[in-house]
Amino acid sequence: MTDAIVAEGLVKKYGAVTALDGMDLRVPEGTVLGLLGPNGAGKTTTVRILTTLLVPDAGHASVAGFDVVRDAGRLRARIGASGQYAAVDDHLTGAENLEMVGRLYHLGAKRSRERARELLERFDLAGAADRPVQGYSGGMRRRLDLAGALVADPPVLFLDEPTTGLDPRARIGLWEVIGELVAAGTTVLLTTQYLEEADRLADRIAVVDGGRVIALGTADELKSQVGGDRIELSVATAAGLATAARTLAPLAAGDLRVDDAALRVTIPVDDGPATLTSALGRLAAEQVTVRDVGLRRPTLDDVFLTLTGHQAGHTTKELSR
Amino acid sequence: MNAMQLAVADGLTIAKRNALKIRRAPDLLGGVVMLPIVFVLLFTYVFGSMISLPGMSYGEYMLPGIFVLTIVTSAQITGYTLTQDLQKGIFDRFRTLPMSPSAVLTGQTISDVIMNLASVITMSLVGLLVGWRIRTSPLEALLGFVMLVLFAYAFSWVTATVALALRTPEVFNNIVTLVSFPLVFLSNAFADSSRLPGPLGVIAEWNPVSTLVQAARELFGNTSPAMPAPSAWPLRHAVPVSLLWSVVLLVVFVPLATRLYKKAVSR
Repeated sequence: MTDAIVAEGLVKKYGAVTALDGMDLRVPEGTVLGLLGPNGAGKTTTVRILTTLLVPDAGHASVAGFDVVRDAGRLRARIGASGQYAAVDDHLTGAENLEMVGRLYHLGAKRSRERARELLERFDLAGAADRPVQGYSGGMRRRLDLAGALVADPPVLFLDEPTTGLDPRARIGLWEVIGELVAAGTTVLLTTQYLEEADRLADRIAVVDGGRVIALGTADELKSQVGGDRIELSVATAAGLATAARTLAPLAAGDLRVDDAALRVTIPVDDGPATLTSALGRLAAEQVTVRDVGLRRPTLDDVFLTLTGHQAGHTTKELSR
Repeated sequence: MNAMQLAVADGLTIAKRNALKIRRAPDLLGGVVMLPIVFVLLFTYVFGSMISLPGMSYGEYMLPGIFVLTIVTSAQITGYTLTQDLQKGIFDRFRTLPMSPSAVLTGQTISDVIMNLASVITMSLVGLLVGWRIRTSPLEALLGFVMLVLFAYAFSWVTATVALALRTPEVFNNIVTLVSFPLVFLSNAFADSSRLPGPLGVIAEWNPVSTLVQAARELFGNTSPAMPAPSAWPLRHAVPVSLLWSVVLLVVFVPLATRLYKKAVSR
């Protein structure tokens, strides 16, 4: 499989601030790479270089086989980009916005008009097609912006924090649209600070911090770096906690953790569901009262925390629950 | 299509976008149509009723001045729109498209000069209603309008340059107002510049606005033999010097604005 996006050793400095510090990326054709990291990690700078908006200070990159610096002109005909600030014109209607983009891709007047209508239909904006964008909701603007990126049916798509600032319903709506594009074979580079978003949309995830990739893999591979499944179990009494810890120790795949204050024991396990069943059987035999029990997979939050030592932005909590 | 045709086609696409925007933005439309009408009526009836000139009405003397005041004001739309667009992501979208990079500025200035032409036509019609007259041949009058529109186009590039250097709409508005008012009023637009004291008179006589106003008066025939002819060199050759000013502004500010645009968007 050829790589639709290749970046090698990208460096970008703004004065004393190093935005990118040796960024390496490879995105095979037809796959989705999620660039996951907190604000200031270098995600947007990477996208701006790959979409020809910025010239790197060092390193090189190519998209769809074209060098981002030397072949910028031809590259632009092969990509679509949708940013975190919806790049649409307030005073123009949805249809006029898309038509203008079509004209600037040199599709011709008639084809531009047709394409605008097709996309408005597909993005559920047909009803608002002839209204100025000024009156659109945040979700509608993002959908229109994404539609703008798709006017020329580009084989490679860059989505820079496509759902930042959207309410949960609009976010899920946009995820569905992106999911359809991916299913149709578009190569996508997606940046996000939402762990759930990367988990849901990306084939592989590159965790970015300090302007470079610090971990790369599928969501499952990254999670397994942090450890496998674990059983979390709360009991009613301190005596019960001691009994539970003693009884369940033989089932653990590693060290089990006992939290006396919360009356909770955490047990790393290899075969989660089977171990959970037998654990509950043993506790019942010992007559330990179980308050709460759950099989928990490590989240990307855990991954991020383990890799970087800090949280992935302020949204981490909300999404991990 | 070759590069040149692409640049023209893309420029027209952007110009169309801006024309649509102006049509839908009441504040801009007001500046293009309402303000010129207000200027003509206000100056004609307020000052025109109080000031008398030998051999001609003040209203007729002053209307070319109002033309120039308005085109200098309207050309600021170019800069203002650019600062607004800079605040949004729209230039990023343009720059990821396979379009001609110069089209953003040419398109913007083309649409604005069309607006400026609309302003001049509006003012001429209102002017004719309140007693302004063209007293020269149609050819001279046509040259007068062409000269005004050419200067408007050149001045759009000046405001574009200022806008791209300053970047925010508020700062741009303040600075441009601060510069354009003295530029227009320290001239012969509304009074005989030769009667200004000392250095102010010299500044006014060499002010390109004075030259343009004088040229417009000559080409529309809004002069009177009873009034003293201007003695300063640029005013004695007002038509060629006005055209020269427009060309010089274009030669200086088109490349400058283009360079600043590249700098402003690639950060």
